[in-house]
Amino acid sequence: MNQLLKKFPQEIKKILAKYPPDQKRASVMPLLHLAQQDRGYISRETMAEIAEIAEVEVTEVASVVGFYTLFHTEPGGKIRIQVCTDIACALRGSREYLDGLCAELDIKPGGTTPDGLVTVEEVKCLAACDRAPMFQSQMGDELEYHEHQTVARTMDWLRSMMASLRLPESDEPLSLEPEGGDHE
Amino acid sequence: MSELWLLRHRQIPGLNQLSNYLQHGGFESWKKAVTKLTPEDLVNEVKNSGLRGRGGAGFPTGAKWSFLPNTIWPHYVVANADESEPGTFKDREILEFNPYQFLEGLMLASYAVRAHTAYVYLRGELWHIAHKLDERIAELTSSGYLGDNLFGKDYSLRIHTHLGAGAYICGEETALLESMEGRLGQPRLRPPFPAVSGLFGYPTVINNVETLTNLPLIIDKGAAYFRAQGTEKSPGTKIFSLSGRVKKPGNYELPLGTTFRELIYQHGEGIINDAQIKAIMPAGASSSLIPATEVALDTPMDYESVGALGCALGSASVIILDETVNASTVVSDTIHFFKHESCGKCTPCREGTFWMARVIDRIEAGKAKEEDIDLLASIASQMQNKCLCALGEFSTVSVISAIKNYRADFAARLEK
Ligand SMILES: Cc1cc2nc3c(=O)[nH]c(=O)nc-3n(C[C@H](O)[C@H](O)[C@H](O)COP(=O)(O)O)c2cc1C
Ligand code: SF4
Ligand code: FES
Repeated sequence: MNQLLKKFPQEIKKILAKYPPDQKRASVMPLLHLAQQDRGYISRETMAEIAEIAEVEVTEVASVVGFYTLFHTEPGGKIRIQVCTDIACALRGSREYLDGLCAELDIKPGGTTPDGLVTVEEVKCLAACDRAPMFQSQMGDELEYHEHQTVARTMDWLRSMMASLRLPESDEPLSLEPEGGDHE
Repeated sequence: MSELWLLRHRQIPGLNQLSNYLQHGGFESWKKAVTKLTPEDLVNEVKNSGLRGRGGAGFPTGAKWSFLPNTIWPHYVVANADESEPGTFKDREILEFNPYQFLEGLMLASYAVRAHTAYVYLRGELWHIAHKLDERIAELTSSGYLGDNLFGKDYSLRIHTHLGAGAYICGEETALLESMEGRLGQPRLRPPFPAVSGLFGYPTVINNVETLTNLPLIIDKGAAYFRAQGTEKSPGTKIFSLSGRVKKPGNYELPLGTTFRELIYQHGEGIINDAQIKAIMPAGASSSLIPATEVALDTPMDYESVGALGCALGSASVIILDETVNASTVVSDTIHFFKHESCGKCTPCREGTFWMARVIDRIEAGKAKEEDIDLLASIASQMQNKCLCALGEFSTVSVISAIKNYRADFAARLEK
């Protein structure tokens, strides 16, 4: 049984209705977005389900996933922080900001904190170049821009997010203390 | 402040609510077009206005529409909201704060080419804006501005959004079409051109968000009114995205033909710490580094005059470098950007950006020799005119101009 279809029958119907009936392939990217919003990443099984709905080969879906940088094939931290270090932001201190933030979290760019909560990534221009340093946060299906950042401001925000994110098996707010060790 | 046409929301708060937009003349042009004008009338008015595409190439919009053959149906219109050129952040402001004017423009373009379906292709990061647009489109459908038999006439129109997923190349119109069709975003060979064989193999118009946002005004007030601002060959206003080492970066809507000096020193309030300005990049990462001489500063920002400085105006994302910035570092950023964004379809671009990155990394690491600077310039010039699409070409212009104008910056990085 196609799990994606079973879980989102209405959404998938809506997606398919956007395109001519003989152009189901056009639904590949919208379906990938749908799946990723649901689970945070796209598994091999999901690709097969999407291939079935869009009537294409699963290898074709896989190559689309590989081509586009926003699609992830592995779960990241609960919060993805994507810092723009592209040219215009770099001219306004975004590299120094990224280094500072990573030092504070004791990870390297691209890395995830040992508790699996926070991933920090370097990304290209996000069309907010006049408000650098800036990052985009991705949490489940929430995408948000954070502009005019300092390391302190970002850490304050992170701590407040932590307070609202609780582990399912415990009621304790999660700590943001790095647990040490080498983790890339 | 003069009247804003595109960033009207800055003068009229709440313009992103339908009721406010309607109160300020919203969808009057749309109603007028569908009830009183023929598609040919629209094409002619836009031709007369002299409106040129704001997505980069500056191609005349009315002429572009008239290329669609009336023998092949259906026709499609796709709004290009991929906005990914580093230094460009104008379409995002329109989509967020003046979205109905953009949608009305897209509707007018659709009517002009008798398309019954239009799409908005947005970069994946604009996910929240796409959701909001979906809601607005539904609202317009239930209010009778979209759907079947509009205003009792025999014309129907539907609009759908489509999200990209993080690939700069998808802003290139044929890569965008591939991406919409669920494939890798790689440019198509031309001909055929999208006007003849575009989306799903049918005649297609692709226009930039800002281009489309001009249309309601042109249809409402006429070509002559539009031509009252800007220059003879570049009429109208343009949003300049100003960034880099200026005190007040941001979007500024100004008549085409405004000088760099006015943009940088009046609107941008000059350089951070009042440092000396060094270079101007008028088209984001795809620019030459133009030395900021008095002549350059007094150049009017229109397609012809900036072109004469040796650089396209492009999407008018003006990045400012000052004396504190080393040109080699900037070039390292642009090379890495294009290496990352090369779609890999053609060898000169794929390999060229790879090798340029190797050499600039060596230079930036202080491990290069004098001849490496020449090697870098030579890789870039060998790539020129050999790439399948403009991205490959874009990747070379900052390199060549920076080495020509700021060789000392590279030399300062060499192995001691
Ligand atoms: C590499 C590359 C990236 C581009 N990116 C964009 C973009 O993000 N937005 C855009 O409107 N046009 C972009 N363009 C230009 C489009 O191909 C196309 O010319 C434009 O959307 C046409 O609209 P216009 O006539 O209204 O300007 C890009 C072109 C190239 C070669
Ligand atoms: S020039 Fe670069 S981006 Fe364009 S088709 Fe060739 S490899 Fe792809
Ligand atoms: S360069 Fe960072 S948002 Fe544009």
